Amino acid sequence: MSNTSPWNDLIGTPDQKHEEGIVVSDSHAEATHQPGLAHHFESYEQQKESSFLGMWLFLVQEVMFFGGIFCCYVIYRSLYGEAFAAASRELNVFIGALNTTVLLFSSFTMVVAVNAAKQGNRKWIVYGLLLTILFGGIFLGVKYFEYSAKWEHNLVPGPNFEWHGDDVGRPVEIFYCLYFGMTGMHALHMVVGIGIMLWMLRPAWRGKWTPENHNFVEGFGLYWHFVDIVWIFLFPFLYLIGLAT
Amino acid sequence: MSDHEHEHHEELSFWRKYVFSTDHKVIGIQYTVTALFFLFFGFCLMMLMRWQLAFPGKALPIIGALFGADRMPDGIMLPEFYNQLGAMHGTIMVFMGVVPLAVGGFGNFVVPLQIGAPDMTFPRLNMLSYWCYFVGGVIMFASFFVPGGAAQSGWTSYPPLSDIAPSGQTWWLMGMMALIFSSLLGAINFITTIIQLRAPGLTFFRFPFFVWAQFVTSFLLLLAFPPLQAASFFQLMDRVFGTSFFMPEGLVISGQLSEATGGGSPILWQHLFWFLAHPEVYVLILPALGIVAEVIANNTRRPLWGYKSMVYSLIFLGFMSFIVWAHHMFLTGMGSAMSAFFQTTTMIISIPSVIILTALILSLWGGSIRFTTPMLFALAFLPMFGIGGLTGLPLGLASTDIHLHDTYYVIGHFHYVVAPGTLFAMFAGIYYWYPKATGRKMSDFLGKLHFWPSLIFMNGIFMPMMIQGLAGMQRRLYDGGEIYAHTQTALHWHKVISISAWGLALAQIPFIINFFASLRKPKTAGDNPWHSTTLEWAAPSPPPHGNFTELPTVYRAAYEYSHPDHDEDYLPQFQADAQAKPAAATP
Repeated sequence: MSNTSPWNDLIGTPDQKHEEGIVVSDSHAEATHQPGLAHHFESYEQQKESSFLGMWLFLVQEVMFFGGIFCCYVIYRSLYGEAFAAASRELNVFIGALNTTVLLFSSFTMVVAVNAAKQGNRKWIVYGLLLTILFGGIFLGVKYFEYSAKWEHNLVPGPNFEWHGDDVGRPVEIFYCLYFGMTGMHALHMVVGIGIMLWMLRPAWRGKWTPENHNFVEGFGLYWHFVDIVWIFLFPFLYLIGLAT
Repeated sequence: MSDHEHEHHEELSFWRKYVFSTDHKVIGIQYTVTALFFLFFGFCLMMLMRWQLAFPGKALPIIGALFGADRMPDGIMLPEFYNQLGAMHGTIMVFMGVVPLAVGGFGNFVVPLQIGAPDMTFPRLNMLSYWCYFVGGVIMFASFFVPGGAAQSGWTSYPPLSDIAPSGQTWWLMGMMALIFSSLLGAINFITTIIQLRAPGLTFFRFPFFVWAQFVTSFLLLLAFPPLQAASFFQLMDRVFGTSFFMPEGLVISGQLSEATGGGSPILWQHLFWFLAHPEVYVLILPALGIVAEVIANNTRRPLWGYKSMVYSLIFLGFMSFIVWAHHMFLTGMGSAMSAFFQTTTMIISIPSVIILTALILSLWGGSIRFTTPMLFALAFLPMFGIGGLTGLPLGLASTDIHLHDTYYVIGHFHYVVAPGTLFAMFAGIYYWYPKATGRKMSDFLGKLHFWPSLIFMNGIFMPMMIQGLAGMQRRLYDGGEIYAHTQTALHWHKVISISAWGLALAQIPFIINFFASLRKPKTAGDNPWHSTTLEWAAPSPPPHGNFTELPTVYRAAYEYSHPDHDEDYLPQFQADAQAKPAAATP
């Protein structure tokens, strides 16, 4: 069934598609009774391709969303480069780097869970998920302490904002608007991800995901890696830009 | 398959079957009914505004007192309320009326049927999409009743005005975010369904044009909406947390220097907004073109003229719609180099639109046209959309736009595209697919009674706006320009427009009667009442859960009408026929 990828379908000849259709629709009656196969799909293969296509389209949407946010960042940094560098130096690079490492580890443990799902090893799906939740939790915990330090130093945008560093003008506050907006949106994605993983533990332990049908785990893995990649961009854009000057 | 599905179907409770349904047809009808309600509601807001414009400062008789002292004391409209009506009319019509009707309603109901699929790929996501839309609609509706009233910064919500507006604007932003979620979930679902769940034999170039239109539309929604989501999030932060993403420095509000921190750029919001809102214009028109193509092919009994050119134009149009957005911003001082770029792309994008319109007009050539109600609406669409499109050219050129920007000419232009354009196509779609959705035909007499006055009043509303705009009358004036010397020559047109608008409301009464009274008729429509060729007519009317009694196979292109080798004047896609050559896919 290697020729049923969406791209082959796009360019495939009508006859090819036709033959497949006949083969598959014959097995349709039994197919509806197969576990984990929704009634409107003809085969696991089709269900898998559909769910991955859907997941990738969702990620395209996410890229455009963060694209809009990064676009704001690019414009303001090009306007207020000096203020951004000064403001960035207030952030703790060590903590940022630590969090980056933690997040990379969580991506690794996510791969462990996905790999275990492929092999039908339900124990390691659960372990992988638990470790990912743990690393995600550490990340958010560190973020909490970072945010509260900003609060104490009056670096949260709004009426109480105070700036004691170099005199680079008010746009320094724009940097903190972006800092909280961007890391906040990223943290929201992590919270949603951790929530989904907590929900996944039970079905994973009960063996819902088999080597034939574990689209959910693999699709979620894509989401988690995406959230990771967003941080990979956020870390230099927010923490490291002050070092160069 | 159908037996199994049928049993499963019977077990569902009332709530799961009609309210929280995952069936694309039920969701499509939910979308349609909700969107029609919001269209009517948005139209009512406009009729109130038309009173103020025709008779500025005069008390609105009878119903004027119902609106309360903070909106219309003694029946005389307050400027704040006028602004709320204007902002919410635009928002409701675009985001809660036309898009949900065209994409959520027609797309959901028709696309899976036209590609021979039992349902959408993600039925639960589909349900979530509808309920996000519903929640967004409720938030928008409720915002009229919060202190300070609904959003009043226009449907474009330009900062810094929107950043400092009363709390209705916060509700507007939250409502928008829910509506955007809804559209994004829908777009993901449509693209996946169209690629993955096609019937055997249905290649891309055998698609009905409507499926192509929905396919391209979904990409526009998927790529254009997220940046507005980001921008709405930032504006929400500005309003709630006191950040200054869009707040400029040194802002003077009511004579006082603002304490709010500055440095933000209001123009940035305009860029992010129009990056969505220009593709959004094509989201409004592409499904309409799809419906019109279906109805015209069916009622001329001929294949569409230039099907492939239309499809390529559609794809090109979708691509180009992402690089024309700043033609809404010629007057922001972005510089002549930028203006030159965007006016060039704007002129280029008019080419594929003209190709599609020309192909549709040429499709009429030599056809034996049946003047059914859907066909009347589709035929009226062509010149109306033509007027709307061509009056856009002076707005797309920077030098002429300087004079026409923010005048009634702009309003006339885009309403010609979306009101007698898109909405006429939507009516054509309702009359055309009503038999499929209900098993009953709507009355042809009432349909014509709906069509002719609507056509006349639509032009009575929007043609004078062009004249007013050319005379220099600005839009968004509370008194309709009464105090300005230069608008005096065009003031009397306000009365013509307002009377036409109220007349248009009366013209919708036959439609409402027809829509509901036809539900009481016997189910006599049959599977294929229009003798059409596309797959949705292979299913029973109304289609059961799972849609088809047996999975259809597609043998030929979408519009094989009046085939020379065939006795009947239509040869459906799903009909295996030895007489016709299966590979003869010539449109």
